[in-house]
Amino acid sequence: MFEIFGIPSTALFGQLLIGLINGSFYALLSLGLAVIFGMLNIINFSHGAQYMMGAFTAYLILQYSGLGYWPALILAPIIVGITGIIVERLFLQRLYKLDHLYGLLLTFGLALIFEGVARNYFGSAGLPYTVPESLRGGQNLGFMFLPNYRAWVIGASLGVCLATWFVIERTRLGAYLRAATENPALVRAFGINVPRMITLTYGFGVALAAFAGVMAAPIYNVSPQMGAELIIVVFAVVVIGGMGSILGAIVTGFGLGVIEGLTKVFFPEASNTVIFVIMAIVLLVRPAGLFGRRA
Amino acid sequence: MRRTLGLAALAAALACGGASAQQVNVKIGVLSDMSSLYADIGGPGSVTAAKLAIADFTKDNPNVKVELISGDHQNKPDIGSQLANQWFDVDKVDMIIDTPNSGVALAVSQITNTKNKVFIVSGAAASDLTGPKCNANTIHWTYDTWMLANGTGNALVKTGGDSWFFLTADYAFGHALERDTMAAVEKAGGKVLGKVRHPLNTNDFSSFLLQAQSSKAKIIGLANAGGDTINSIKQGAEFGIVKGGQKFAGLLVFASDVNAMGLQTAQGLTLTETWYWDMNDANRAWTKRWQAERGAAGKFPTMVQAGVYSGLTHYLKAVAAVKSAADGKAVVAQMKQTPTDDPLFGKGTIRPDGRKVHPAYLVEVKAPSESKYPGDFYHVRATIPADEAFRPLKEGNCPLVSG
Repeated sequence: MFEIFGIPSTALFGQLLIGLINGSFYALLSLGLAVIFGMLNIINFSHGAQYMMGAFTAYLILQYSGLGYWPALILAPIIVGITGIIVERLFLQRLYKLDHLYGLLLTFGLALIFEGVARNYFGSAGLPYTVPESLRGGQNLGFMFLPNYRAWVIGASLGVCLATWFVIERTRLGAYLRAATENPALVRAFGINVPRMITLTYGFGVALAAFAGVMAAPIYNVSPQMGAELIIVVFAVVVIGGMGSILGAIVTGFGLGVIEGLTKVFFPEASNTVIFVIMAIVLLVRPAGLFGRRA
Repeated sequence: MRRTLGLAALAAALACGGASAQQVNVKIGVLSDMSSLYADIGGPGSVTAAKLAIADFTKDNPNVKVELISGDHQNKPDIGSQLANQWFDVDKVDMIIDTPNSGVALAVSQITNTKNKVFIVSGAAASDLTGPKCNANTIHWTYDTWMLANGTGNALVKTGGDSWFFLTADYAFGHALERDTMAAVEKAGGKVLGKVRHPLNTNDFSSFLLQAQSSKAKIIGLANAGGDTINSIKQGAEFGIVKGGQKFAGLLVFASDVNAMGLQTAQGLTLTETWYWDMNDANRAWTKRWQAERGAAGKFPTMVQAGVYSGLTHYLKAVAAVKSAADGKAVVAQMKQTPTDDPLFGKGTIRPDGRKVHPAYLVEVKAPSESKYPGDFYHVRATIPADEAFRPLKEGNCPLVSG
């Protein structure tokens, strides 16, 4: 066991792994945001509330139907995705031609409403939700004890992120989506139902947030403010990665999770702020973000 | 902002028929965390407790007219200060009560002293409020960090937990609790192996728990509260902290936290409280009233909310005796002179430094199999008598205490 900057190497590797786990949540959430912004030009401030709704839906599914974690992992994103589609149909589609600010304000207002309603019915202390049986326990890796559930989180997020990236960048459907963002009129002329694609894309982005919420429910406190705390950091991640870039969101999410993990070892009090410091630096040097293209 | 116009009308109607007692007007503000991690500890439940106190008091004292408002300090001292200033200057509030979050409470205590109003702290913990930062307008009611440190800390060291590692919320409360518990642990013969400070309202404790694990301390002291404590314990279970032989010391845990964690996660935790809903019939009866008024059958009042009821009752008695709420120092002096007596905390006293003293109870969280009904959370393991539960008067460095 050797020391790096006064910290034993085992502790450091442990923290790096933890950072990767946190990074998975950042990556999943910023992926949803990047998809929505990249495809729809809407800054979805209600992403954190939709993440929270995913966790709450998982809890409610357990309470009312007895279905546990694995069904909830599929059902909750679908349910929350449908509410996202309703929001898009009712409100967002009127805002596409307007300045980005309107979409931001609308989704911010919706976030406050969702959180307020949740807090009214459930209180703010939080609700219990346990790790599923099959994922309990962990492996002793020598330099740290890795809970099985956390290993699953890294694997599932990586899988979902890469699958999404593949669909958007490498398949025909993704090509239609990207074309529709650039020139909707022309794409419609080809007979592709653009409004429906946009609606489904928003629903998918929201479902990604809810999926992250269900994964968070067993390990983080399921409370109405769980999204509000996370969403600010996630926005910073998206800005650093580049607002419209899918790959940027994924890479930056994992990368910043690791950096935050390292900060927690060397200077824990700053762990909240290090991501914003990096965001400020990146914006000064590369305003479009690390992977972003200039609009 | 809420107004109890109905109560005012009732009081006026009762006053019409009776003898001409001089009317005393009082305005109370419940300043609490209404929307964030401490909202279930104080929050709307404290407003409910205040309403019950006002209803009970004005029933027997129709000449006192009480108005109630409430506000959300959002755990930010600047917002709390701005609200306190506005309430005292513009809204003519005479007394502020509750205020979980020691950072906010310390700020509001200063403002109350400058404006000569009254501040009864039920929610906040920092023992500095009756220590170096004490003043003649502030009373610290329900509990404080010294009591928690000596109650839980002492008990755990005596049962073999002689090496500690602290996980501390990085603000006034966390620092105070860590300082008092370190002192208590070292006095009892234990050792402190290390500490790590985390920002308030942290989601993920995995990296801090990893550091705690590698310190090999027997006890991991959680110098945090609310959502932070819940997250620490939940994630501690994931990382096999308890299986690995270490124990958590929940230095500040409330019934609402135990409810949120579920007994499966919280079982075995040792903690100190000064009021538990299920301890006697008076508490149980009051809890039913609180639940009905709050509209929340599944929630249970915390000691903070009970403290709001108790503190407000004593304040109103003092105001009635002094016949005016205008002079804060006079009312507080009256409160200190009169012994306290209410259905929830029983008989007690308030010391010259503003510290209310009453017994403390060392409790252990039950296992799920031992819990017979909702809310059946605790075994009461020991009672710490009032004269031992709180820091001795002379040790506080309070400027109001001479010598």
